[in-house]
Amino acid sequence: MATKLPKPDELAKIDFTPPETGWMDTPVEIKPGMFCWGAKAKNLRAVEFPNARDWSPAEEDWKLPGEWEGTVLEAMADRLSKYRSFKLFMDICVRCGACADKCHFFIGSGDPKNMPVLRAELMRSVYRKYFTTPGKVLGKLAGARELTYDVLKEWWYYFYQCTECRRCSVFCPYGIDTAEITMMGREFTNLLGLNTDWIAGPVANCYMKGNHLGLEPHTIKSSIEFFLDDIETVTGIKIEPTFNRKGAEILFVTPSGDLFADPGTYTAMGYLMLFHELGLDYTWSTYASEGGNFGYFTSNEMAKRLNSKIYAEAKRLGVKWIIGGECGHMWRVLNQYMDTWNGPADFLEVPKSPITGTVFENAKSTKMVHITEFTADLIKNGKLKLDPSRNDHLKVTYHDSCNTARGMGLLEEPRYVIKSVCNNFYEMPENTIREQTFCCGSGTGLNASENMDLRMKGGFPRANAVKYVRDKHGVNMLANICAIDRATLKASMEYWVPDVTVCGTHELVANALVMKGEKERTQDLRLETLPGKEGN
Amino acid sequence: MNLKDVLSEKRSAILKRWFDVIVETYPADTAVFLKNQKDRFANPVGATISQGIENIFDELLQGGDIGRVSPFLDNIVRIRAVQDFTPSGALTFIFNLKKVIREELESEADKTPILKDLTALESRIDDLALLSFNIYMQCREKLYDIRANEVKSRTFRLLQRANLICDIEDQEQEPDSEDNKLINIKRKEAAQ
Repeated sequence: MATKLPKPDELAKIDFTPPETGWMDTPVEIKPGMFCWGAKAKNLRAVEFPNARDWSPAEEDWKLPGEWEGTVLEAMADRLSKYRSFKLFMDICVRCGACADKCHFFIGSGDPKNMPVLRAELMRSVYRKYFTTPGKVLGKLAGARELTYDVLKEWWYYFYQCTECRRCSVFCPYGIDTAEITMMGREFTNLLGLNTDWIAGPVANCYMKGNHLGLEPHTIKSSIEFFLDDIETVTGIKIEPTFNRKGAEILFVTPSGDLFADPGTYTAMGYLMLFHELGLDYTWSTYASEGGNFGYFTSNEMAKRLNSKIYAEAKRLGVKWIIGGECGHMWRVLNQYMDTWNGPADFLEVPKSPITGTVFENAKSTKMVHITEFTADLIKNGKLKLDPSRNDHLKVTYHDSCNTARGMGLLEEPRYVIKSVCNNFYEMPENTIREQTFCCGSGTGLNASENMDLRMKGGFPRANAVKYVRDKHGVNMLANICAIDRATLKASMEYWVPDVTVCGTHELVANALVMKGEKERTQDLRLETLPGKEGN
Repeated sequence: MNLKDVLSEKRSAILKRWFDVIVETYPADTAVFLKNQKDRFANPVGATISQGIENIFDELLQGGDIGRVSPFLDNIVRIRAVQDFTPSGALTFIFNLKKVIREELESEADKTPILKDLTALESRIDDLALLSFNIYMQCREKLYDIRANEVKSRTFRLLQRANLICDIEDQEQEPDSEDNKLINIKRKEAAQ
């Protein structure tokens, strides 16, 4: 991590005593390994975000626009009047501390400013100063402080050390959603051009090309064709999916991470095999080619703009409903915000499985069904021929993605699917799964490489629970239903629990799926030889 | 009484004091949490330190191969290697043990019989520190490896798709197998 080499006299200063000053008087130190690089001007301009410029968080001078304080305070006043939740969350916290030790970043880093209550206090203190009478009059005595350059830097540093996972909210007696405070923090910094490039790049790409990486239609098509070759090698079956096909019954949208990053690619192969086996009338889109929504990590408006593309494409193609792939925040966006932004999607039909006839009432308004709901229903109705023994070399545990677990209550379906396709399944301890699940440590656009120290700290509570089931049951596979999990838990396991591999749930499904006309399976989707098939 | 007996007797006092000294390297609010939350999944850092120092201390007293302590040291150092410590700050907890033991031995009336053993023990603690330094470096190097691997795995599929990668076939493994032929034909077609 690009650190400056300390001088000998600096190295000689050995003092391991933490500062004893109060949090307000302990200025922020922007540490390498803890932050992502600043947003590039070109990526902000592409989506007409204000104050676009190249800047570096490592420099003293962040090249702030003039009157930046006014911009932030005006925006704060605007959001306070627009969002009642924000106003309530600023006012009602009694600092009981129930959330304090629930954040994976606090648990892993030991930095008190990562306690959700204190992270929120970074903003509340400014709110009090400018928007409450006691704060205006009594200042620091009332927990108020001015918005200064240092305070702004502190906001930026810590609001990009929160993955908006909402674990803290589960424990708040008032139901304060600390994630929404982080969202506001990011909206305000975004107004000053202070975003990260790991977020701004994908947002610009998604807006212009339809997916985070900026893959153009022919690239998406050829990428999927590579998977088809591997599927043919493993199963002997030639699959021919369609792209941008008008009149298909179903549009399938998945995070683009599944198309280019292992092990997500194996999950994508799983979708292709499942849909082929069912003979599903569906199409991929090379335009709505991103389930993820990094706009959600910048501003409400941007999230809305990116979300609308999926529905515009569904309309253009004339599909009846949408299946969404294994993704995390895509589902929180869909489940909690889509309907207010762009819904109800009345031009679509209420999703009804053409295979089982099940009507997905829960998706009545958004018209979008999570693939594990779809697959669980297939299995429940006996529509899939499965051979779970093909996964017998795996001892699997399941990581609940924060957004699907806490953001939409999707707890049973993935477990039901995994238990149907694997014979060896072990849960992690109760206080680390389901609604209390620990974040992977790298969500909300924190999955860059330059902030690896931060990611490892944040990933530790999850990894610690994985380590426990590895030691106790010999678990060697960590399944999940989120593209960011698939990418980042891989790194986290490599550091904390090196002998545990990461996979998507539909990779396990496809390995167990007995397909019509398939040859004897001797390899799994990773082209690794299945145990007992070595001689073939 | 030899040193081993004295230290065995004072085991819980030494471990408590050592644990307290370690958690005091964290900010005050954090130290309270690390000490008080006893659930190992809610407080994995505190639990790992607490369990780790017990194991390290017991192995030290046993006096066997110093390498046996390595996994316990690894658990603690791996955490501190990514927390906000300088390298020396991350590893200072090993040296703290010497101070803790000496303070606990203050009350011993006659130190003469244990002094020789104490010197030997302190020298073993120094060995622990050296071992920790190796582990610390392995952890930091691992972080850089992970960073590099992430970039590689992100770009590999793209290079493959752009037909910029040509796998050299292993001549001993049937280069003309039906599967390989099929894959190569498809890849060429896809690249066109």
